[in-house]
Amino acid sequence: MRSLGKYFLFLGSIITNRERFRTYVNLITNECVQIGLNSIILVGIVSAFIGAVTTIQTAYNLVSPLIPRFVISQVVRDMVILELAPSIMAIVFAGKVGSNIAGELGTMRITEQIDALEVMGINSASYLVLPKIVATLIMYPLLVILSAFLAIYGGYWAGVLSGVITSSDYIYGIQFGLIEFTITFALIKAFFFAFLISTISAYKGYFTQGGALEVGKASTSAVTNSVIAVLVADYLLAQLLLN
Amino acid sequence: MIIIENIHKSFNGNVVLNGISGEFQRGKTNMIIGASGTGKSVLLKCIVGLVIPDEGRVYYNGREFTGASKKTKIEIRREIGMLFQGGALFDSMTVENNIKFPLDRLTDLAEDEKLDKVNHVLKMVDLVDSNKKMPSELSGGMKKRVGIARAIVNGSNYLLCDEPNSGLDPVTAIRIDNLIKEITHELNITTVVVSHDMNSVMEIGEYVMFLYNGNKVWEGSKDNILDATEGAINDFIFANKMMQIVKKQSK
Repeated sequence: MRSLGKYFLFLGSIITNRERFRTYVNLITNECVQIGLNSIILVGIVSAFIGAVTTIQTAYNLVSPLIPRFVISQVVRDMVILELAPSIMAIVFAGKVGSNIAGELGTMRITEQIDALEVMGINSASYLVLPKIVATLIMYPLLVILSAFLAIYGGYWAGVLSGVITSSDYIYGIQFGLIEFTITFALIKAFFFAFLISTISAYKGYFTQGGALEVGKASTSAVTNSVIAVLVADYLLAQLLLN
Repeated sequence: MIIIENIHKSFNGNVVLNGISGEFQRGKTNMIIGASGTGKSVLLKCIVGLVIPDEGRVYYNGREFTGASKKTKIEIRREIGMLFQGGALFDSMTVENNIKFPLDRLTDLAEDEKLDKVNHVLKMVDLVDSNKKMPSELSGGMKKRVGIARAIVNGSNYLLCDEPNSGLDPVTAIRIDNLIKEITHELNITTVVVSHDMNSVMEIGEYVMFLYNGNKVWEGSKDNILDATEGAINDFIFANKMMQIVKKQSK
């Protein structure tokens, strides 16, 4: 409970005594590159393979001749949009970006760079953390959209090349019976997960104490706590918005 | 001038500072000395507000700092420059951008004016033409000098230095000490230096406060420190061979 209280106070401190707007524009742009653009290759590779594996495994499980083959791509589409793109990618994202945020802030803490900002009269939490949160909130939903496209595309190639589904069946299946709210739901999840990953990782890094060993521990803790928070939020959002 | 009054600080019941009071005069290099673990750095952090004392007050030119509002604290902090033990330079920025950082954040000066100020302080710390170097390309002594340049670039009235010559060779250490002394006199600012190095004390200690187990046990200057008779400070001063030889010769 004490940590939770400290976390909320930390969030409060981020939005008080802010810097000038122009300063944040530059910082957020830099963070968007660091957090978003530098994650594209990883997201692309993971998504394409997730889509490919989902297609093959769905085909393997659909053995009844009564079920049309286009159901494979329909299942892939719904799984990707509802769960794989926003949630599994959040776990990958926590591993890459979360550990990076915690490591960077932790190193700045132990080398007294954060103290140096404070002595200059700058709100270090706001200056260092707010741009990371805003950049994550901007970039993660975009990465989720990219991930969904690439996963469905990866599924298409895996299905067609392995012969489990024809090209026309796959394309028909991904269009058949689409509930548009699933896309909205995926984006809502993306915003929540982005907020949780960025704030938990920043919190863990910002309050690092000790030396290099503790920075490593803070990074690990940032990833594990973010992943748990993402999974809990995933369940709660599903209960709230899909029932 | 900085005045500290009755500063107490404990961590988990362990008393680190036990009612420290003192005055750090403007235009002088004031030193807080003592063995490792006696609370010197904690006292410096209490002075600058990075650690909140359990009891006691700090005044900057008569303005109370410890109990001040957040806004007043920020205003006072903008008059303070601090040199940290490791330099605390921002790794991702060049020397020029590190020094320009307080000007970017805290002033509305034009870019040309900022660069003029940066070049001026770089000249003061004898690092002309190092503008585009990254912190990773600098030696320990150079990092400290960049740290000093960053601390004074915004026209600070107070310069606080935490172990400015730790980890440096004796020649570079003396160079840093003399640089701090010169800057203090030239800019007529209040300087407080935390150190455990007796060479530094003999070089620049115009006012010296000696801490032992969280208590102030002696104060004076480099001119009378060798005459101190208290056990703890005697042990501290004459711990190294060189000082023992000086003592023998003076007898």
